[in-house]
Amino acid sequence: MSDVSMTVNGRQVSANVEGRTLLVHFLREECGLTGTHVGCDTSQCGACVVHVDGVAVKSCTILAPQAAGSAVLTIEGLADTGQQTQDGLHPMQAAFRQHHGLQCGFCTPGMIMTAVDMVRRHPEGLDEKTVRHELEGNICRCTGYHNIVKAILAGAEAMRAGAGVSAQAA
Amino acid sequence: MGIEGIGARVLRKEDRRFIMGLGRYTEDMVVPGMKRAAFVRSPYAHAKIKSVDVSKAKSMPGVIAVLTGRELKSDGIGNIICGWMIHSKDGSPMKMGAWSPLAVDTVRYVGDAVAVVVAETRGQARDAAEAVEVDYEELPAVTEAVDALGGGAPQIHPEADNNLIFDWELGDRAAAESAIANAAHVTRIRIVNNRLVPNAMEPRAALGHYDKAEDHYTCWTTSQNPHVARLVMSAFYNVAPENKLRVIAPDVGGGFGSKIYIYPEEIVCLWASKRAGVPVKWVADRTESFLTDAHGRDHVSEVEMAFDADHKVIGLKVDTVANFGAYMSLFSSAVPTYLYATLLSGQYGIPAIHANVRAVYTNTAPVDAYRGAGRPEATYLLERTMEVAARELGVSPAELRRKNFIRSFPHQTPVIMNYDAGDYETSLNAALAAADYEGFPARREEAKARGKLRGIGMSCYIEACGIAPSAAVGSLGAGVGLWESAEVRVNAVGTVEILTGSHSHGQGHETTFAQLVSDRFGVPIAQVSVVHGDTDKVQMGMGTYGSRSGAVGMSAVVKALDKVEKKAKRIAAHLMEADEGDIVIEDGALKVAGTDKSVPWFQMALAAYTAHNLPGGMEPGLKEGAFYDPANFTFPAGCYICEVEIDPETGKTDIVQFVAADDFGNIINPMVVEGQVHGGLAQGIGQALLEGTSYDPGTGQLLTASYMDYTMPRADDLPSFQVSTSNTPCPSNPLGIKGCGEAGAIGSPPAVINAITDALGIRDIAMPATPQRVWQAVHGAGQ
Repeated sequence: MSDVSMTVNGRQVSANVEGRTLLVHFLREECGLTGTHVGCDTSQCGACVVHVDGVAVKSCTILAPQAAGSAVLTIEGLADTGQQTQDGLHPMQAAFRQHHGLQCGFCTPGMIMTAVDMVRRHPEGLDEKTVRHELEGNICRCTGYHNIVKAILAGAEAMRAGAGVSAQAA
Repeated sequence: MGIEGIGARVLRKEDRRFIMGLGRYTEDMVVPGMKRAAFVRSPYAHAKIKSVDVSKAKSMPGVIAVLTGRELKSDGIGNIICGWMIHSKDGSPMKMGAWSPLAVDTVRYVGDAVAVVVAETRGQARDAAEAVEVDYEELPAVTEAVDALGGGAPQIHPEADNNLIFDWELGDRAAAESAIANAAHVTRIRIVNNRLVPNAMEPRAALGHYDKAEDHYTCWTTSQNPHVARLVMSAFYNVAPENKLRVIAPDVGGGFGSKIYIYPEEIVCLWASKRAGVPVKWVADRTESFLTDAHGRDHVSEVEMAFDADHKVIGLKVDTVANFGAYMSLFSSAVPTYLYATLLSGQYGIPAIHANVRAVYTNTAPVDAYRGAGRPEATYLLERTMEVAARELGVSPAELRRKNFIRSFPHQTPVIMNYDAGDYETSLNAALAAADYEGFPARREEAKARGKLRGIGMSCYIEACGIAPSAAVGSLGAGVGLWESAEVRVNAVGTVEILTGSHSHGQGHETTFAQLVSDRFGVPIAQVSVVHGDTDKVQMGMGTYGSRSGAVGMSAVVKALDKVEKKAKRIAAHLMEADEGDIVIEDGALKVAGTDKSVPWFQMALAAYTAHNLPGGMEPGLKEGAFYDPANFTFPAGCYICEVEIDPETGKTDIVQFVAADDFGNIINPMVVEGQVHGGLAQGIGQALLEGTSYDPGTGQLLTASYMDYTMPRADDLPSFQVSTSNTPCPSNPLGIKGCGEAGAIGSPPAVINAITDALGIRDIAMPATPQRVWQAVHGAGQ
């Protein structure tokens, strides 16, 4: 058993867990944050994507002790990271709803966390081809990706516009 | 009407919880004292169980119980059944072999459950499951249905000689053979419909909780039809009487058919909860899902299609072998029979049709309905054959289809179905225009100049949804009726709850069902809640599959709304001292037509519950229920056109354009409908290009049991789709809805393969048409 401490969505958390505990199970079962999902066990589907120290990570690929001391952001904390729409959502979350980028919702948290990271890694902007290529690590069985791609392009625009507005305000 | 009514592109109410990570799926459920289960599964495709030694496993850390099939049987838990009786053409009933939720003497496929371990943690349960010592005597295995029928194949169930479950026919053999004998042209082709794994992104899961104080069971499970699960577990598996068993299907992460069936794991979790005295949760990992979720398709068919000199189809003869896997799953027998052969007339007026279907056991995972269920197999067969015929006859594929379209309705086919309405030419023309079909030769030349092979293919599909008239399916062997139920509760403040037996696992019912209320009463959808998926809350229902939630589930809601409206108008008329017939509902109020008298909706509702001033004899309250039994199937149809570009150097196929022109009848929410089409197209294109399920023929090992081996469609495998709809209303239900959930998966595979074979100038290519297969075809290397 290991004592593991990390910051999750801005809050310090600690737990004594089996050394083999995956980060995704630590988040789901120790922190009660069930928005992060396990879809495949082989790091293919991306339903478990979270941000660790600002970078998208498949939380089924790392052990909780490996994330000790890190700052982890999950889907539940995303809307509190700065930019928010009027109804309290992160712009990427709002874009997924606006463009019907989800059906059953199971892959959605991982899709959104991946999309936010995608925007960060592409300051030059995104196009459809880039978004489709960047989604190679996320599987959706419901939407055929058509509306996910639309949502990410729109969400990226909204994030940029929002960032621009706050930069001007500052 | 109004901005949230029927036909409005309303954003989904359920989305907020999903995009915030607040969905509640079965795995998210926690019950105090809950423990984890892991299953011991057969590593062999076929073996005798000589002994099961659990002593070592029982002594391992955290282990609470290790339970085997013998204990399950001694507690009287029943065998898993198939609920649709099919009789062979000799009159004998189908041969259903025994399927124990935990195998006792014999295992019949890799993944067959043998024992279960309940332990404190997931890891401890798995460790102990690996320590259960099962002594197997391996037996020969067979994985292909055609091979299983042959002499000398291993006998899988003692009940089914030569592994033949049934040998069934539909239609007139003599008439079809006569048409073929007298034809000007006969197209003959072998059609293989590849086996698929459904792959809902949420793996199956179950949480069984036996409450000793109440002698009552609760099961949270990943189900598309929780009431049917309760019924079957109660009536056939002896888990508990219905009044002592609550089944809850909370948020469910996709189903596509695979979550219709009642699997061993939910039965075992409930039983083990009582045995072990703790709540028991099991969650499949992805490889368990590959091994044990019911698979789809897996047909091999010989087809003969006869044409007269005018290129009219005059006869069709089909001989199909359907792989059922190791056991008969809940709806398995209906799929290659009444959901398949009944659609073999397609959109065409074919006077003589005969289909023969042999259902066969193999040492593979059970096969059952997967998105489309029988209709994709029929469509692929017909539309591939039509395409090959057009090429043989030297005529345009579009014009050959057009020539054979059914044009007057109702139309009785020779294979049971009575098509009530349709307009196939409108869909064809819409697709041809959207695809710029006329401009294709120039595009092909342009591609050729770049060294690429360009092809175009189409598919004109029809399907049957809204299953189904209960008496009709009963006469065909169904063990249940296929109606749906609804209850509409208007609360005292005018908010509304709809309780439906339909189940949403991605379809958006919380929004679309609410739109019906908004349309009728002007109540904002924010004030309408849709309750589903819990047998303690919702009256009996049949669940969601076969694109039936709109056509059947919503029709039940409409019936209940009719009753609510009638009573609401009576109350309002009484309050305003007007005639009931003069009351209209507009803008959230009940008005006396032609006057300025009006009662707000909420005030009428309050009056119903205060009951201070109701019409004489009227019961207080405003709540009505209804059961709707459909009068007919519904018949969505459409035309899909796929254009591909192939790189002859790599064999990679790019879909450069995909057009879908569907006729779904009336539409409640176009945004949701388009989403259903997109998803269906992705699954159909996946079948055609990417998804191959491969069992090792010697050992019966599933070689494609993870996402590293089974190719799921990903974003860069697919194009953006061009979708449109026409709307010939369905005459048999009150909303004129046909259903849209499966069309994409039904219509797309033949369009893709027709395009690839067009590009390559070949007659056929096996699905999935992987780069390797395409490259081999380009270079004449065979397979």
